[in-house]
Amino acid sequence: MIAEAGHYALVLALGLALIQSIVPMLGARWGDVALMNVARSTALAQLLFVGASFIALVMLHVTSDFSVVNVFENSHSMKPLIYKITGVWGNHEGSMLLWVSILALFGGLVAAFGNNLPLTLRAHVLAVQAWIASAFYLFILLTSNPFLRIANPPIEGRDLNPVLQDIGLAVHPPMLYLGYVGFSISFSFAVAALIEGRIDAAWARWVRPWTLLAWIFLTLGIAMGSYWAYYELGWGGWWFWDPVENASLMPWLAGTALLHSAVVMEKRNALKVWTILLSILTFSLSLLGTFVVRSGVLTSVHAFATDPARGVFILLILCLFIGGSLSLYAARAASLKQGGLFAPISREGALVLNNLFLTTACATVFIGTLYPLALEVLTGDKISVGAPFFNLTFGPLFVPLMIAVPFGPLLAWKRGDLLGAAQRLTAAGIAALIAIAVLWAWTRGGASFAPLAIGLAVFVVAGALTDLAERLGLFRLPFGTSVQRARGLPRAAWGTAFAHAGVGIALIGIVCETTWNSEYIGTMKPGDSAKVAGYELKLDDIGQRQGPNFREMVARFTVGLDGKTLSVMTPSKRNFTTRGASTTEAALLTRGVSQLYISLGDIAADGGIAVRIYHKPMVLLIWFGPVLMAFGGFLSLSDRRLRVGAPKPAKAARALQAAE
Amino acid sequence: MTLWFVFALMTVAAIFAVLWPLGRATPATSGGSEANVYKDQLAEIERDLASGLIGASEAEAARVEIGRRLLAAVDGEAAAAPKANLPLRRSAAVAALVGLPVMAAAFYLALGSPQLGDFPLAARSRMADVNQPLANLVAQVEAHLEKNPTDGRGWNVLAPVLSRLGRYDDAVRAYRNSITYNGDSSERRADLGEALTGVAGGVVTAEAKAEFERAVAQNADDPKANYFLGLAAEQDGRKDDAASIWRAMLAKAPADAPWRSLVQASLTRVGGGVVAPALSNETMAAAKDMSADDRSAMIRGMVDRLATRLKQDGNDVEGWLRLVRAYMVMGERDKAVAALTDARQAVANDAERLRQLNEGLKNLGLDG
Repeated sequence: MIAEAGHYALVLALGLALIQSIVPMLGARWGDVALMNVARSTALAQLLFVGASFIALVMLHVTSDFSVVNVFENSHSMKPLIYKITGVWGNHEGSMLLWVSILALFGGLVAAFGNNLPLTLRAHVLAVQAWIASAFYLFILLTSNPFLRIANPPIEGRDLNPVLQDIGLAVHPPMLYLGYVGFSISFSFAVAALIEGRIDAAWARWVRPWTLLAWIFLTLGIAMGSYWAYYELGWGGWWFWDPVENASLMPWLAGTALLHSAVVMEKRNALKVWTILLSILTFSLSLLGTFVVRSGVLTSVHAFATDPARGVFILLILCLFIGGSLSLYAARAASLKQGGLFAPISREGALVLNNLFLTTACATVFIGTLYPLALEVLTGDKISVGAPFFNLTFGPLFVPLMIAVPFGPLLAWKRGDLLGAAQRLTAAGIAALIAIAVLWAWTRGGASFAPLAIGLAVFVVAGALTDLAERLGLFRLPFGTSVQRARGLPRAAWGTAFAHAGVGIALIGIVCETTWNSEYIGTMKPGDSAKVAGYELKLDDIGQRQGPNFREMVARFTVGLDGKTLSVMTPSKRNFTTRGASTTEAALLTRGVSQLYISLGDIAADGGIAVRIYHKPMVLLIWFGPVLMAFGGFLSLSDRRLRVGAPKPAKAARALQAAE
Repeated sequence: MTLWFVFALMTVAAIFAVLWPLGRATPATSGGSEANVYKDQLAEIERDLASGLIGASEAEAARVEIGRRLLAAVDGEAAAAPKANLPLRRSAAVAALVGLPVMAAAFYLALGSPQLGDFPLAARSRMADVNQPLANLVAQVEAHLEKNPTDGRGWNVLAPVLSRLGRYDDAVRAYRNSITYNGDSSERRADLGEALTGVAGGVVTAEAKAEFERAVAQNADDPKANYFLGLAAEQDGRKDDAASIWRAMLAKAPADAPWRSLVQASLTRVGGGVVAPALSNETMAAAKDMSADDRSAMIRGMVDRLATRLKQDGNDVEGWLRLVRAYMVMGERDKAVAALTDARQAVANDAERLRQLNEGLKNLGLDG
C-alpha cells in the first residue's frame, strides 16, 4: 500500500500542478483574487503530496520492498541503513523524485512566505513554477517512474553502485539539487516579470536572498562532490573538467554573476533587464545540466541509466523552457523600464565587470563541454576537450577577475573613486608582493607561475580584509571604536568579506596542490617502505576483512616522520559480490591543511601490491575556500535588513565625508 | 479496500486545496505593493543613518532617489480594483471536482498496480519455505554464504543448483569455493569443468578440459569427466579418440548406469556406435531426420544384419561383443545370453579368441 499510495500521491501532485499552472494565470488576467489565491493552496498541497510520495519511496527502500523495481534494482537487504536511505536518490528515478520534491519545496516556500508580494506577481510566479513542475512530473511518471512494481518480487536486490555507497551520497546530491532547483525561483520571477510586462520592486527584494540560498547550496554541493571524487575515485584528483562537473560549474558561474547583479538590482534598482536575462540563463543551465547528466548523452558515474526516451523527453522540456523564456525575453525586454544610471567607475560598474568575466568564463566552459557533443552528433568524430583547453581559456579570464575582486567592495555606489580604492588596497598589494618574493626565493625556480598565482590569491584575501579594516576604521580609530563598529557592521558586509576571502583561499589550495604535489607509485610488499615528501610509509601487512555487504582487502601503513611514528593508515579495496564490482577506499592522513593520500591498486603475482601515495600540500584549502564562501553567504542571508545602496552624492561629497 | 479508501481521502484533500480559496468571499490580504517596498526602504535609510552606517549626505541622496521611485510607483498603481469573476471560478471548481479525479484515475490506473500489496523483506522472510520460488532460496543461501564464505557445505549445496539455473558463472565460483573448503575430489573437479563448459555455451574450453583431466587423474573411471573428455575430443575433430573414450566407458560401465544412453547416443553421433558398426555419412544424416520408431527399426535392422554375418563367420570377437552389447542396450537380455552362447561355441576352438571374448564379456557384466 505504501508504494501505491506514493504513486497516487505523485499523480495527484501532477493534477494539482496542472491546475496551478492555469487557474492563477486566468485569475491574474481577469483580476480575480480568489483564482489567484488558488496558486497558494495548490502549491502547498503539491508540496504535501510530493513530500508524501518521496517519504513513501524512502520507506520502501528502508523496508527493502523488492516488489518495487526501483528498490530491487538499487538496493540490497544487507546494505547499512544510511545507504538504504541515500540509495533513494542514488539512482535516476529516485533522484528525479528528489528534484521535483525540492522544486515543490521552493514553490511551497514562495506560497507560505510570499505575503509581501503583489498578488498578481505571486500568482504568476507560482504558475511558472507549476509549469516546470508539471513537465517534470510527466517526465517522471511516463519515463522514469520509481513506483513500478514486480508481481513476483525477488528475494534480493541488485545493490547500489558501490562507488555511491558512501556518506558523500547523503550530502552531495541533495545540496546540488537545492542549488539547481533554487534557481528556479529567480527564473519564475523573471518569467513572471516578463509576462506582466513590468519589473516590480518587490522582485528586486526577493531575487537576491533566494539566489543566495541556491548559490550557497550549489557551492557546497560542488565542493562536496569534488571532495568525494577526491577520496573515492582513488586518483587523488579533485576536478577533472569532466562534462558532468562542468554541467554543475556553469550554473554556478552564471549564478554567481546573477547574485552580484541581483545586489545591484536590490540596492540600486539598476541592471534589471540584465538580471532577468541572467536568471533565465542560470536556470536554463541548471536544466541543461540535468539534461546532460540524465539523458545518457554522457557516460559517467552520474549516468545511472541511459534511455533514449528519457533523453528526448528532457530535450523537449529543455527546448520548451529555455526557448520559451528566451523568446519571451526577446519580445518583452525592450518594453521593460530600465533602472538607475551609474558611472563606469562605481560599485555597479565593478559588478558589471564581474558579470562580464563570469559570463564569459561560463561561455568558455559551455563551449568546451558541448562542442565535443555537437561535433559528435554532426560529424561522428569523437574529440575530448580536457584540462589544457580550460586552463588556457578559463585561467586567463579568472586572473583579471581576481585582480578586480578586492576593488569592488571598496568603490562607492553610483560614482566611485578608483584611485582612492587603489590607495586603500596598497597594503594588500604589498602583502601579495611579499608572498610572491618569499615563495620565489623559497622554491627557487620551478613553476614560475605558482608564486604569481599565490600572490594573486593573497591579494584577494588581503583585499577582503582591507575592506573589513576600512569599514571598521581599524588602525585609524581607537580600538574600542573599531569593536563597536564591528558590532554595528551589517552581517552582509562580513559575508562579502568571508566569501571573497574564500575565493582566494581556494586558489591558494589549488595552486599549491597542483604545483607541489609529490607522489610515489610502485609495487610494495609487506615490510617495504616508501618515502614521500619527507614522510616514511612502511607497509606492515595486508589482511582481509568482511563488511556488511562487501569483502575488503586492507593494507596497514605506518607513517613516520623523522624517525618518529605518527599514525597508521589503512587504505583498502572493497569487493561487492552482488554487483561484481570493487571500489578503492583511499586512506587520508591530515597534517594541518595538507594531506597524505594512499590508494591501493591490484595485487601482483609475487604478492606485492600496487600502491599510489600522494602528498598533497594545502589541499584542504581547496574545499575550505568554498565552505568559507558558503559561510559568507549564510551570514549575508541572515542579514534581514532591507538593502539600500546609498549613492555617493554628486558634489560637495568630499567636505561632508568626515561625518562618516 | 483500505487502499481505495486512502486514495479517496487523498483525492478529497487535493480537491479541497483548490476549492478552499475559491470558496472564500474576498480574501483580506491584498498582497504587497511596490510603494510599500519603497516606504520600507526609506525607513531603513533612517535606521542606517541613526546607527552611523551611512553619512548624512549619502542618506539624503538615497532619500531623493527612492522618493522619486516612490512617486512613480504610486502614479502607476491606480490599478483596477480586484473583482470576482464567477464563471471562471465555477469552471475552476468543476476542473477540480471532476477533472482532478478523472485525470488522477486515468494516470494511476494506466501506470499503477493497485492489486499488489506491500512486500517488505522482513515480512517475506517469515513466509513458509515451500512456497518460495527456487530463486529466493538460492538468494538466501547466497546471502548466508556472503557472510560465511568458508561454509563448504553451503557451497556444495548451492553450486549444482546454480548450474541447473543456468547461472554458470556463479556456479563456477561456487564449485571453486567448494573445492577450497571441502577438499578436492574427482566429482567436484568434473562438476567444475561442466560449469565452465556451460559458461562457454557448451564448448569444452582448455580450462574446462584441464579440470576434467584433474578429475580423471584422481579417479580414472569418473564418468562425467570421461564423457566430457570425449566431447572435447569430438569438438577438436578427433572423432576416433572420442569414440574410443566413450567405448571404453561403456565397456567398463555397469549396465544400469543412468548415463549409458547418453554416452551411447554420443558414440552413435561420432560414428563409433556399437550397433552401427560402419554407418556411412548418408546413413547418419538419414538417421538424424528419422522419427524414433524409424530409427529403432533401422538399428534393429543393422543388429540383425550383424547377427547374420556372425552366424556365417564366427571368428570376429569384436563383432560378437558388439552384438551382445547391442542386445543389452536394447533391453533384450535373452537374446544377449543366446548370442553369448553362440559366440562361445564359435570361438571355442581358438584359445586366444576365447580369452578375448571372456575379457570383453567381463566388462559387460553379463555373467555377473
